[in-house]
Amino acid sequence: MASMAETPATVALGAPRTPGQWLSTIARQRELSLVAIMVVLGAFVTIAAPQFLTVANISQVAVLASVIAVAAIGEALVVITRNVDLSVEATIGLVAYCVAHVLELHALDAPAAIGLGLGIGLVLGMINGVIVTLFKVPAIVATLGTLSVFRGVDYLIAGSHQVPLAGLPPGFSETAQASVFGIPLFVLVAVVVVVIGTVILRWTRFGRQLYAVGSNPEAAAILGIPSRLVVFTAFSLCGLLAGVAGVMWVMEFGTINGTSATGVVLAVVAAVVVGGVNIFGGSGTLAGAALGALFLGFIANALILVGLSQFWLQAIYGVVILAAVSADAIILRRLKRATSRAGVR
Amino acid sequence: MTTAVAPASGERRWARLLARWETLLLVALIGLIVLGTYLSPFFLTPGNFSNLIAALMEVAIMALPMTLIIVAGEIDLSVESMAGLASAILGFLWAAGVPLWVDIPLVLVVGALGGLLNGLLVARGGLPSLVVTLGTLALFRGLALIVLGPRGISDFPAAFTELGFGHVPGTLIPWPFVIFLALALLLGIVLHRTWIGRQVYAIGKNTGAARFSGVRVTRVKVSLFVLSGLIAALAGIILTSRLSSARADAGSGMTLTVVTVVLLGGVNIFGGSGTIPGVVLAVLAVAVMQNALRLAHVTVEVQSIALGLLLILSVVIPTFAHQAKSAIDRVRGGRPPPADSVPHGERALS
Repeated sequence: MASMAETPATVALGAPRTPGQWLSTIARQRELSLVAIMVVLGAFVTIAAPQFLTVANISQVAVLASVIAVAAIGEALVVITRNVDLSVEATIGLVAYCVAHVLELHALDAPAAIGLGLGIGLVLGMINGVIVTLFKVPAIVATLGTLSVFRGVDYLIAGSHQVPLAGLPPGFSETAQASVFGIPLFVLVAVVVVVIGTVILRWTRFGRQLYAVGSNPEAAAILGIPSRLVVFTAFSLCGLLAGVAGVMWVMEFGTINGTSATGVVLAVVAAVVVGGVNIFGGSGTLAGAALGALFLGFIANALILVGLSQFWLQAIYGVVILAAVSADAIILRRLKRATSRAGVR
Repeated sequence: MTTAVAPASGERRWARLLARWETLLLVALIGLIVLGTYLSPFFLTPGNFSNLIAALMEVAIMALPMTLIIVAGEIDLSVESMAGLASAILGFLWAAGVPLWVDIPLVLVVGALGGLLNGLLVARGGLPSLVVTLGTLALFRGLALIVLGPRGISDFPAAFTELGFGHVPGTLIPWPFVIFLALALLLGIVLHRTWIGRQVYAIGKNTGAARFSGVRVTRVKVSLFVLSGLIAALAGIILTSRLSSARADAGSGMTLTVVTVVLLGGVNIFGGSGTIPGVVLAVLAVAVMQNALRLAHVTVEVQSIALGLLLILSVVIPTFAHQAKSAIDRVRGGRPPPADSVPHGERALS
């Protein structure tokens, strides 16, 4: 519901010059409000725990958040089309294990293993796409099913084996800590994905079609938009990005087994929702999804630094999700009321 | 499969009954039992059956209110966390010396309150249930961890563990199965034989039309979520009893199985259709399948492949059957079925 202007159908809502205008500006700028909240909260946390505002800490938070951000960007693509992909965590886990395992066996060198990981991610995404578009299974059912299947395959391959950090080639795990011009490599990866994705969404035909399909499927069909191809592509890209996140997962954590990345789907979908992507499709930005991931990572870090136990994390995630979705609804409702008043005048 | 009213001749009625999802499930169930007996001589022994049923009962019990919620066009992803929260509070209170006859009602109240939170946000706040219950999925689990932390409480009295672990005297029927059947009967009657059930279907088929027809949509939806929270807490108590251990992470990952079972039972994910008998059959089919796979030395984790495939096929098969049927109808020159009819788990109400 943030970035209302993304959808042709809702452009009219933001247009009138009314008291509701400032609200519509805020509604459109979920990214700004997230940054503002982080700055204010960050100030408080820094007072309580000065080590928060150190380069080492900030970059650690950003590196961790980048892994979730990349997956969340893929998820956002799918959610914008009015679908959802619950299987991302299983894709991340399966890719992570496969990459770690081939590296451990010295079957492939690092670049080839990374390529394999991305390929597996893409194929899994395409499988989701086929089930949803060709077999016409609702996305939530299809990806709940593939979540089970992909995770099961992960267990089947991994068994009780665990790839230790030492099993990875020297330097592989260090990639997670690498930086270019002082900026962590992982953060650069996330930024590059956001930039490329945003360019595609804003200035290509495919990007506009993505919003059109999610905003109004019937209208999109009448306009002759190939909805099934668009949705299939969104799922494929989501799989590919989950593959990227899977490779990053290996570099970040090193120790990988069949249960790696269990429960991550919560963080990914939460990042998308907190980032202001409308769960009913048609609006939202990739930068928002990435910032949503950063926001959640920031909260987790702040909690630990302030001295609250880890156990509070889940509860606060829950509150953040509920707050974000409530804010969306309230802003949208006021916006509608303001514009309908303007219409009467 | 479609609700199109035909002047049902005897033959037609049989054809319709045969094409029902519940019938397919029954056939699949019998097939699985035959397969299981072929795979292992232990398959049909009462002790084995008792075990395989008991292990699935928390999921089965939570699937019942979930059926009503999905029929009403919503979803509740938070049930597994509510079960965990129930277990954690139960353990915490028991460890603090509070007697069980106080703990259990208190835990059930917490469950109802959690459901009330979901219900108010969804029905009154107009928020998407998928996101709201994803939020409370995290929130309830977080509260469970805050209450109990990483410890496990396991010194429960034998009378309590008997609830989850014991059998009806003189038989091998586990107590949780009795609770499940009683709840299934109760909710089945409510859904299929009362005005409340009719309202639930009406809301799921067309919320706007239901509201204009005088259905108190908000009240019905809130009640369904309260029921779901309450029964999830009950499942958490049973789980604690069966494992004789209260843990904050109790029930992790169960929501997936609950939703799978409900959809497998022929309930339409978009609401408006589905039956309790279908879900009961799906519970039995999943229990038998898991047991057959276990006897074939397939680990629980790998069994999730079969579960996921079943879930997807449960939607794909009716869709294709529907398409094939309408193709045949077209060739015969019969009336084409309405384009918007949903084949999945469709059931004539009237």
